[in-house]
Amino acid sequence: MNVEKILLEEEGRKLFLLGNEAAVRGALESGVSFASTYPGTPSSEIGNVFSKLAKKAGVYFEFSTNEKVALEGSAAAAAAGLRSFVFMKHVGLNVAADSFMSTAYIGVNGGMIILTADDPSMYSSQNEQDNRIYARLAGVPLLEPSNPQEVKDLMKFGFELSEQVKLPVLMRTTTRVSHMRGIVKLGKIQFPVSKGFFKKEPNKYVPVPANARRMHKEMREKLEKVEEIANATEINKSYDFGDELGIITSGGAFNYVMDVVRENNIPAKVLKLTLTYPFPEVLVKDFISKVSKVLIIEEVEPVMEQEVLSIAGKYKIPVDIHGKLDSSLPRIYEYTPDIVREGIEKVVSHKTEKRRYFKTNVTLPVRPPILCPGCPHRATYFAVKKAVEKLNLKNVIFPTDIGCYTLGIQPPYEMADYLLSMGSSIGTGAGFSHATNQKVVSFIGDSTFFHAGLPGLVNAVHNKANLLVVIMDNRTTAMTGRQPSPSEPINGMGEEVPEISIENVVKGIGVKFVETVDPYNLKKAEDTFERALKEEGVSVVISKHPCALITDSEKRKRNFWVTFTINQEKCTKCMICINEWTCPAFYVEKDGTVKIDPLICDGCGVCTQVCPENAIEVRK
Amino acid sequence: MKAYKIHLAGVGGQGTIKTSTIIGEAAMKKGLNVVMSELHGMAQRGGVVTTDIKIGDAYSPLIEKGDADLIIGFEPAEVLRSIEKASDKTFVIMNSARIVPFTVSLGISSYPDASIIINEAKSKFKHLYILNAEKLAMEAGNVVSLNMVLLGGAAAIPGFPLKKEELIQSMKENLPPKTMEINLKAFNLGYEKICKEH
Ligand code: SF4
Ligand code: SF4
Repeated sequence: MNVEKILLEEEGRKLFLLGNEAAVRGALESGVSFASTYPGTPSSEIGNVFSKLAKKAGVYFEFSTNEKVALEGSAAAAAAGLRSFVFMKHVGLNVAADSFMSTAYIGVNGGMIILTADDPSMYSSQNEQDNRIYARLAGVPLLEPSNPQEVKDLMKFGFELSEQVKLPVLMRTTTRVSHMRGIVKLGKIQFPVSKGFFKKEPNKYVPVPANARRMHKEMREKLEKVEEIANATEINKSYDFGDELGIITSGGAFNYVMDVVRENNIPAKVLKLTLTYPFPEVLVKDFISKVSKVLIIEEVEPVMEQEVLSIAGKYKIPVDIHGKLDSSLPRIYEYTPDIVREGIEKVVSHKTEKRRYFKTNVTLPVRPPILCPGCPHRATYFAVKKAVEKLNLKNVIFPTDIGCYTLGIQPPYEMADYLLSMGSSIGTGAGFSHATNQKVVSFIGDSTFFHAGLPGLVNAVHNKANLLVVIMDNRTTAMTGRQPSPSEPINGMGEEVPEISIENVVKGIGVKFVETVDPYNLKKAEDTFERALKEEGVSVVISKHPCALITDSEKRKRNFWVTFTINQEKCTKCMICINEWTCPAFYVEKDGTVKIDPLICDGCGVCTQVCPENAIEVRK
Repeated sequence: MKAYKIHLAGVGGQGTIKTSTIIGEAAMKKGLNVVMSELHGMAQRGGVVTTDIKIGDAYSPLIEKGDADLIIGFEPAEVLRSIEKASDKTFVIMNSARIVPFTVSLGISSYPDASIIINEAKSKFKHLYILNAEKLAMEAGNVVSLNMVLLGGAAAIPGFPLKKEELIQSMKENLPPKTMEINLKAFNLGYEKICKEH
């Protein structure tokens, strides 16, 4: 499917859309004017699609430097009366949390939706925090779509609700909903208002304590109104397949419930909650009064389960309540249809047919994600490692950060020792330098440096830390699919913008030793790192070379692609290329000959500098 | 219609997700319900990629253990990794061309001999079709068309809910026009290969 169809396909037609693509269509059908994000899996495709369509659709879109800035931009747009949409992965909301909390107090004029894409089972994240709790912490309504059609439809519902009660609305998806494809019936695209107007009312918008006290009260009143809506709305809906059990579910888990209940003829009533905060107390009270057993099926935290327990307690309803807290269902990780079926079987007398499936005892090879062939990070790690060895430095600490380069954790590089969050490598690096006598080398990418590394670097200089910061500038936000970073001369709308020079920024902060080096030149890079490592205080090396995916697509366009091969007459099978360099294009034949797979080789040629026998040559 | 459940298993870069989308859109165009789940995350960098598709009456795309009607295996080890999705009823297409991960050269994992994998597959699956999709793709003109070889193979599986023509139409809407000739050839080679086997 051509991405343009998400904008251009007519009302009434159907498209086979990813949950993330459906979010964009839903926003466009709602006349969204302002959209912002910092990319992060599993939300990234939303931004990628906006980036392609925003200009044509008349929407302002930006890849912001981080989630906090993204949310602030959207909040301002909503204050000026525009409909705004900000989206991020779950941990991104931690970054944005400070401003997010205030947005709930201040409220909005134009509708505002904040989408958080949670990642149960951590397919590409450092944790699986359940951001439904954030709705409760901040005091904003919460929507939980189950499939792409609902993602789209709930955008409209969310904007209308947001405008009705003047609160931002949080929408929580999970990886399985964001990355689910399904048929989406389209509505009409609404052309956006391009500019809003901000009417000054400081008492309304500035939460100094006197105002904040009033605002908190107003926010609770607004939420009461939303609870009435939640009790009555048809998006909180029940299905009747029998009487033995009541199931309360939401989001992606609803899909498993429906398939398992119907396929196995389980005599259950299912209450699907979609507007789940404020929790619809009256609706749930009525539902649990009709059954003797309830099972709450929700992903990650027992959020709804605790709500149901407290409703049952408050109204003294005699009902057995099952879920995570009594171990009917697993406490952590994402659910699957199998898990849901086993959970249901534990609490009903009805037994489903025993599943037969195959197993194998064959041991299979592991396939961890690896740095691409031609990846500049490999060269950086190789050169830093050599420099450290040459200076005979022991117990060097390598705080790392979030990006492809986190893969430096793998052998043979093994240069990722400590990681907390986006931008943490510099803050933790400085901490280690004060707390130990060990040498510290922090690794951080260009996009991550702008995201949250900057304050850490200012802090390190200001507090006289002693560390080397290696900024791996690969000219993009590679891991999430190559979104532009501030060090590139292009932005999310495809406009030309001034490149922000990392070197100037670092110099401006007052770092004395700042050098930029191309890691593809291994010798020069090693030499630079060696000199930097001898420095006292904060030193910065910018290791700058475009991501291999950028150079590959350029080579593909120019139809110019060299690859390399090993001259078997020169090769002594020293295995340095395999054991130290570790480019995935290399492999060893059964008889021990080392080869390069021409289909995998990216032609970077850096391995020629690694081979002590000069055995690696251009394939003719 | 009771859902027809397809599991695709491969390695990043093999076109697993594209193939799934072609199947899904073809089903939609035919007026059937379809849901699909794709896991990408770090797929780009040589990791395992799987997708589940259900065509027909279903809410969730995820296939329960033993419940796949068809497994399209892009790589032999990946077929075995997905074995729990299969039971007696499952049809399995297995590409015999291997992708050996780098962990094997590094000595931190090992890749079983081809014969071990094939014997294991033969001893378990009741309806197994093995083909060298890489070879057929090269015959068609480009090794990257191996996903279309496998798609063609799927079209020839008894009970597969989409017709050859319906899939070809969807290919046209999802693949660059200049690659169509090779992809069509690849598709037909896969189709004929599986047809010959039953
Ligand atoms: S995507 Fe770019 S930065 Fe990431 S591993 Fe590949 S080459 Fe390296
Ligand atoms: S030239 Fe060498 S290092 Fe570069 S991709 Fe090819 S084999 Fe790998």
